[in-house]
Amino acid sequence: MTTVAQRPTPPSVPVVTPRPRLVSKVPLRSVSTEALGSLVASATAAIALVWVLYSRILPFHGTLGFWICTYLTFLALFGAVSGLQFGRRVVVDRVMTAVATTGGVIVVVVLVDLFGYTLVEGAKALRHLNFFTHTMSLAGPLSPLTKGGALAAAVGSLEQLGIATAISVPLGLLAALYMAEIGGRLAYVVRIVVDAMTALPSVVAGLFVLSLYIVTLRFPASGFAAALAISVMMLPIVTRAAEVIIRLVPNSLREAGYAMGSSQWRVVWNVVLPTARSGLTTAVVLGMARGIGETSPVLLTAGFTQELNVNPLSGQQVSLPLYIYTYVRFPQHTEIDRAFGAGVLLMLIVLVLFVTARILGGAAPGEVTKRQRRAMARATSRARSRATESATETRLEHSQRQHAVITGEEAS
Amino acid sequence: MGIELPDATAGAVSDLPAFDVATVPTTGAVGGVLPTTEPERPLTLKVPVAPADRVFRGLLTGGGLVVLIVMLLIAVFLAIRATQAIHLAGFKFFTTQSWLPGSNHFGILAVLPDGIFIALIALFTAVPIAMSTALFISEYAPAALKRPLITVVDLMAAVPSIIYGIWGAYFLQARIIHPIRFLALHFGWIPFLKVRTGDFPSSYTSSTAIAGFVVGIMIVPITTALSREVFSQAPVGEREGAYALGSTRWGMIRSVVLPYARGGAIGATMLGFGRAMGETIVVALIVSPKFVFNFHVLEGSGISISSLIALRYGDSDQISLSALMAAGLVLFVITLIINSLASVVINRSRSSAQTS
Repeated sequence: MTTVAQRPTPPSVPVVTPRPRLVSKVPLRSVSTEALGSLVASATAAIALVWVLYSRILPFHGTLGFWICTYLTFLALFGAVSGLQFGRRVVVDRVMTAVATTGGVIVVVVLVDLFGYTLVEGAKALRHLNFFTHTMSLAGPLSPLTKGGALAAAVGSLEQLGIATAISVPLGLLAALYMAEIGGRLAYVVRIVVDAMTALPSVVAGLFVLSLYIVTLRFPASGFAAALAISVMMLPIVTRAAEVIIRLVPNSLREAGYAMGSSQWRVVWNVVLPTARSGLTTAVVLGMARGIGETSPVLLTAGFTQELNVNPLSGQQVSLPLYIYTYVRFPQHTEIDRAFGAGVLLMLIVLVLFVTARILGGAAPGEVTKRQRRAMARATSRARSRATESATETRLEHSQRQHAVITGEEAS
Repeated sequence: MGIELPDATAGAVSDLPAFDVATVPTTGAVGGVLPTTEPERPLTLKVPVAPADRVFRGLLTGGGLVVLIVMLLIAVFLAIRATQAIHLAGFKFFTTQSWLPGSNHFGILAVLPDGIFIALIALFTAVPIAMSTALFISEYAPAALKRPLITVVDLMAAVPSIIYGIWGAYFLQARIIHPIRFLALHFGWIPFLKVRTGDFPSSYTSSTAIAGFVVGIMIVPITTALSREVFSQAPVGEREGAYALGSTRWGMIRSVVLPYARGGAIGATMLGFGRAMGETIVVALIVSPKFVFNFHVLEGSGISISSLIALRYGDSDQISLSALMAAGLVLFVITLIINSLASVVINRSRSSAQTS
């Protein structure tokens, strides 16, 4: 608590005082003009000073170095300017505010740069429409960008992602439901193992499939092998995320279901899963976004081909990450441009998946959209009309049935 | 997402009892069927598990078992496959630097330390950026900026590693060699910053440091997301207490938020380290592989276990593959240990903070 000021104890106040009017004189969380002024002034001064010294007087060059020097100078100037008016505490506070803000700025800059650079470099290849409709089978290393494209890679990526999703999502959901709804000692073991597997490096997953499926079982390298490797990577992600979300479903909802006499699978099917739906979809979609970008498992298991191979079960198959990894290491500029073009495609797919997950994940557990609410209203009215039809039952039959439900002789 | 979803199991609901035993108090019993002699004692009813439920529970258990078996199979298979190479090489596996499985001269003494160096450099890059970002999001950012920034961090986590790889190899590498040259020329007297290959542009590229830097950028999101989570959990009462004592915002952070979040932040850093150890493609794209341990991090050579596997998987003979498996096993065990330690640290810190 070194930074907390030690204030002198206030003089004792008389017991009876007229209540002072509560006028807030303390500006909370607002930026004063003075602070803003010092900030802008220090930043300008830092840029100017470093420009003169760095690029005019001293023998330095390079943009990155310029900004590093500017940043350090700015921090020093900002501290000094603040030190002219305030004590050490305020100076430290201001400098730390600037430092913390830097983190946010860096993250945004890196992301923009990542997208921007890939887009600019990739645009050279994407400008030619044949990039979307051709494969590399007729394009050699020296072909211009008007020949060849990433069609085979895009098809392969989507197929492999589809197969991996079809394998890992049902399995992951079942395992998550098992851990959350049934539990027990075995479920504890499953959870520990799944947790451990989130630590599995992706290249080791690829090595496993390579060694088991390709070397031991003697299947050739194929899109399916790659999909297996991807699903090994996706399985722990989906399982863990789904379990967390299923556990967020309030227990009172389950108890209400049981109190109505539902069996467990009815409760899970009609209460737990619909309540957790948006969260589960988000978990699945984010798992897919992760799966499609996996490079090293695919590298080890899919083989490589320049042809379009739509059958993942036989023959080697190329995918977007593999395409990028292969062509970016060519010395020719056109091949590197193609790799960046494929990088843009890959990022586009990831972005679409990410935005989908964001939109779907906006709803909290139990929140319903308008469409869902209408569907629920329709279901309720159907149920009501059924109920009025069956109201002709005699009172005796009714009570008998109630009794049967409670004692469990009639299981729904 | 959370890239990694936060551990919500901590406050998890207790498992529902199986629906075979239900207790119904006799008061208010339905239809007067139940005995009314002793109103205090609850009556136990046996409800048999319906056949549909039995099938359902079997299905779920089956799903859980399949996942368990697949995961165990990976570990067991990896271990079995690796034993061949380890038997052949013996203890030399841990003391040999080169990687020549054909002539039975291979070991991880070069790849493992080099990989650890890359991961450490990644941490030196990632931790300052991640911590300041997490602090900014949880403490400084205005409310309107918080959600977009969280989205930015999540999106950064979703960007595939190959994109980081080509960005690092083509965009960053060309720009970072100037600061690296500066470091090498003026701080070369520090042993590990020395570059012995002469003052050429190509001496400064493809180095452990550049690979570590890009991997560091990659692990920023996971470290940020977890740290932010812990920072924002710091108790409001203590924050207000610090402000009431006249603290500035940084004073409050130093005396309340950081001590509270220390364990969680350390755990997040360790998880980032585990991630960095396993990162493959970025390292394989940037470094020029050389099987000699080289602690001069700015020099243009380096290797890590994962990039070794990515570069050498094509050696399809039994021994080469087994040797790669052994290296993969070592990597897996290391990441497993790091992750387990991290979760222990996180769990312990959070619970201790909540009880105090």
